[in-house]
Order: sequence, then C-alpha cells, then structure tokens
Amino acid sequence: MEREQIHKMLRDMLRARAFEERAAEEYSKGNFTGFLHLYPGEEAVAVGVIHAAEPSDYIVTTYREHVHALVRGTPSKAIMAELFGRRDGVCKGMGGSMHLFDAERRFMGGYAIVGETYPIAIGVGYAVMLRKLPEAVICFFGDGAVNQGTFHESLNMAALWRLPVLFVCENNHYQIGTEIHRHSAVTDVYKRAAAYNIPAEKINGMDVLTVNRTTQRLLKQIRSGGGPYLLELETYRFRGHSMADPGTYRPAVEVHSFTTQDPISIAAHEIELNYPTTDQIAEVGPDCITLLTQHAQEKGQLIEQELALMKDDIAKEIDAAVDFALQSPQPTLEECLDDFNINQRTEILI
Amino acid sequence: MREEKNYWQALNLALDMAMAEDSSVFILGEDVGLYGGTYRVTEGLYAKYGEERVRDTPISENSFTGLGVGAAMVGMRPVVEIMTINFALLALDAIINMAAKIPFMSGGQYTIPLVVRMPGGVAKQLAAQHSQRLEHTLMNVPGLRIAVPSTPQDAYWQLRQAINSNDPIIFLEHELLYFTKGILDSSIEPLPIHRAQVRRKGKHLTIISYSRHVLLCLQAAEQLAKQGIDAEVIDLRSLKPIDWDTCAQSLQHTHRLLVVEEDCQFAGSGAEIVTHLTERCFFELDEAPIRVAGRDIPTPFNAQLEAASIPQVADIIAAAQRFRYPS
Repeated sequence: MEREQIHKMLRDMLRARAFEERAAEEYSKGNFTGFLHLYPGEEAVAVGVIHAAEPSDYIVTTYREHVHALVRGTPSKAIMAELFGRRDGVCKGMGGSMHLFDAERRFMGGYAIVGETYPIAIGVGYAVMLRKLPEAVICFFGDGAVNQGTFHESLNMAALWRLPVLFVCENNHYQIGTEIHRHSAVTDVYKRAAAYNIPAEKINGMDVLTVNRTTQRLLKQIRSGGGPYLLELETYRFRGHSMADPGTYRPAVEVHSFTTQDPISIAAHEIELNYPTTDQIAEVGPDCITLLTQHAQEKGQLIEQELALMKDDIAKEIDAAVDFALQSPQPTLEECLDDFNINQRTEILI
Repeated sequence: MREEKNYWQALNLALDMAMAEDSSVFILGEDVGLYGGTYRVTEGLYAKYGEERVRDTPISENSFTGLGVGAAMVGMRPVVEIMTINFALLALDAIINMAAKIPFMSGGQYTIPLVVRMPGGVAKQLAAQHSQRLEHTLMNVPGLRIAVPSTPQDAYWQLRQAINSNDPIIFLEHELLYFTKGILDSSIEPLPIHRAQVRRKGKHLTIISYSRHVLLCLQAAEQLAKQGIDAEVIDLRSLKPIDWDTCAQSLQHTHRLLVVEEDCQFAGSGAEIVTHLTERCFFELDEAPIRVAGRDIPTPFNAQLEAASIPQVADIIAAAQRFRYPS
C-alpha cells in the first residue's frame, strides 16, 4: 500500500481518537450534555471503510458516528459545534451528537433508533438503481442491530432487487451491556446473510489495512452491479456504551485482549503507547493506532518526527474545533422553526 | 378533461399523470404492481411503467416505508402504499422517527418528498384490526402533513399536489369512498392542498368534518333543512395543517359548532378542532360546541354494533337538534 495512503489513514485514526477523547473531556466539564457515544477502539472500521469510498458513494450510519463524519470530510469544528448544540454545527444544533447529517458529502445521517440504517440505505440504493449510476451505499450497523426486524426485511429486499448496498457490521460484541452470546443465537453476523443469498465475510476490524483493501474490492464489485454484500468487522470499543456507562460489565481481561490490538496501536505501536493520553486507555496498552504505526515504521514509511508533527497538527485542529464550538452562538427558536418549515415556503398550503 | 370518475379512478389517474410527467416518481407497496392494488388504485401502471417504478414489495411495512424515506432523501418522489392504515402501525418508526424528523434534525439539509397512502376507516365488517382510524396519532407528529380527500376531484388534485410537495405527506383514503362517484375536472386550477372547502352554505350552525363523514354530514344537512335548520358544512380536506380561517369565518355567521369525526372521540381530531376554535372564536359562539365521534372502543365485528360505534346520519341530526335556535 502507498505510503501516502497509510499516512492519511493513520492521521484520520489519530484525529478520530483525539476528537473523541476531547469530546469526552468537554462533556465531563459540562460544556454540553445529552447522550454521547464514543468510538475509541473502533477507528480502523470507519477509517478503513470510508477511505475506500468515492465521493459519489453514500454513507448511512448509527448514533456512534462522529468519527464517520470526521473521516468523510465534515470539518471537525462543524461536528464539535453540533455536539455543543450550537448554530454553526453541521445541523445547526438541531441534530446533536447522534444525528449528524452532511448532504454535501452524501453523509445520510446518524440514526439513533437501532436498525434504522438499513431501510434508509436500501432506499438510497433503490434510487441509485433506478438512475443506473455506478454508486454504492455503505450501511453501518452494530452487532446489537441485527435482531431488529428491519435487518431481515431490508436484507431481503436488497437481495431481491440487487441493490448496491454494502452492509457493514461493526461487531463490538456488545449491545450496550449485553454480550453477543446473550443477545444472538448465531454470533457470527456474516452467517445470517446467507439466509438472504447475500455473500458475506468476516475480517479483523482492528486492522485498518485489511479493512481498507477488502472494502475497496467490495465497493468496486457493488458499483459495477454485483449486488449487496455484508462485511462483518470484528472490533471493540474501549469505553462504555455512552458517557453514562462506565462499562463495568466487561471483564478486564476481555478489554485487555482487545486493547492490545487497538487499531491505532496496530499502526503506531512503539512510540505512542499511551496516546492520546487518557489513563483508561493507557492502562491497557497498545491499540489499533499502535498497530498501524508499528506497521508503517517497520516498513520504513513513518519516522518519529512525522508522527510527532501529525499529532501536533491534530492537537491544534481539535483545540480550534472546541474554540469554534464555544464561540458559536446558541440557535434561536425562530431559526428552529425556519428549518422546520423550509420545504413549505415554496408552496401555498392553504 | 371533465368527466365522472370513481374515487379510485381519480387516484389512479393522478398517479399515472405524475409518473408520466416526472421520472423520479415511483410507487411501492404490497400488491401494487402485477395485482393492481387491493383497491385497484394502481391498476394498469405496472404494465405501463414497469416493475422498477411500480414495485411489489414483501410484507415488510417498516422497511419499505423507510426505503421510501431513503429514496426521497436523494431526490426521488416515492409514493408508498400501505395496504391498510392498520399495517401502518408497523411503519410508524419510518414515518414518525425518520420521515417527519430528518428534515428538521439535519438542519434543513434534506427534504422528504414522500407520500404515504393509507386506505382506512371503518368499512364493512372488517373487524377491529382492519377498521382503524389513526388520524389522532398522526396529527400529533410535528413534521407530517395529512390530506383527507372526500371526493374524486380532491382525490385527484390533492394527490398530484402531495406528490409535488417536498414534505412527507400522509394521504388518508377512506375505504368506503373508493367506489363513490363524482365529477373530475383535471383542467381547473385546484385549491391549495390544505384549504378547507364549504360544501354547503348555511346560517344556523357550522358542521366541520373530513373524509367520508363529510358525505354523511351533507345528508344530515338536507334533512335538517326540512326541519328549518340550515347547516353549513365544511370539508376540512386536510388535518395538518388545518385551515382555521375558513372555519372561523363560518362561525362568525352561524355561532354554533358541531364537529363530526369517525375516529374515537378521546383526544381525537375533534378535540383539537373544538379547542382551537373555542379559543379563537369564544365570543362568536352562542353555545358550547358539540362533538359527534366514534365510541372509544375497538370496532366490533357485528354489523349493528359496528354501525353503532361510529357516527351515523341520525346521530349528526340528533346532535344538531341539541342546539337552541332563534325561532
């Protein structure tokens, strides 16, 4: 893989980690409230998959989606301002952490009712099919979402009509606090796709290079009319389900076994054992970022100074995003109604 | 074109015209294609436009309605048919959490030009699970619009307007209206989609209703006229938004308000109509408004009890007679 590509992915993984840890910090300070679902540990999934997408592809995702938007290109300051509920947020403060939308980047939204991403994705896919365009739809969902009816309903329709959808399961083994063996009779999500004649595979979601290569191959196949595909990515979230969840239901040994293959560690291992500095992650060792850093260093594609520079840039970017969010004004009720009635202004209703 | 049509034919023509004019319009639902629709509304369209634009779906209401939402987000104009409104309960996540909220949650970035058609109401002994009215539920959802046409003319024009609109619109069709007839003039300039219409002028009381019960109110008004009671009948045509001005203007000369709805009375559309108009027109009213509505029970299967569970012409007349009129 190209040195430049690895650098881009590593940078995005580090940005993702730094963004989320800073969001947690701002939340803890009381700068914003509500639900906050964080991504540390799973970076290789969003980065590997979205780096394989073309600008013309669509992305539909869940409520744990700050990183997906960030990697897709939504400016970090617009996401941070949205978390703060401010006027300059990507959804003008109307959506919040769980509902990021960015139409310009074909980012079709974060959905906070589990299982909603499938119908949206097949709908966008249906439009692509009707228009006969070489575009694909990426539909993210968690392992906890596969027991919703919409999973089965939508996969059935996707297969029936050969819709251009890549279903991406972020299997982090937990639906909030219920471990997969306690919520699913079949714990290999990819096997369920066989019931709908959808080809599927499971790969290591901590290894961004494999995730990226696999997704590139699948999207190419889908864009050229290959029909839907299900990709299961085995991953792990280092934090609890949300800021309200300390995650105490998970055995320490399990957390440890995954943090040692942190996707960032897989990339950035030796030098940056403790990055991005939260004690929680520092205690459990290297991660996906470390893995990629290590890989790049072994291949001679990354030197320590480059990594330091990268982190320095990212720290500045995230500081700027928080400043921007803090300075952005609160939206007013009038603005809220403006957006609500945006479609109706073009019509005479009564 | 000006000719007599059935209500279902008017809807069929509206879909046909919309699909011919705009390639982004497509239809989906259970048995809408090859079979032609359970109430014939999509008859002939599958042969004319093909299976991609007239899509027979599996029985998966939540996901195919959600499919409509996703397609609408990227500029298509889907018309989803939910075979009967009763099955819409399975699609409420797509309707309420997705269609109604996405334009707002996205800060106005996405519009949802989606129409969801739902046949419903009390028909003929279809029993409790197939005789529902859900307007009370749907009216309470910010972001939705609701059209309730009562004539073939309105069925045609309001559906055309709904398809052209960029908002998600619920289109409620009463199952007993499909085979009613009326003049359809497709060359006129239609009323705005949510404007109420005075169907009968009168001076003693204002009867407000919508959908099939407008026809019952008109029958009641004819009989009341024979007793010297001159009723004005307003067809709301829309339950969200509601054209309050037309209602208030009527009350300025009748001073009495009677609201007739098929849906259950408790927290129903009549509750909203009476409250709003009482607040707005309190000093115009000579007496307390009266509601005539469905009983607060699931629809019985037994034919007599079924009839007794919803307002009939006699109930409307009896209610109108409860007002005191100047002699």
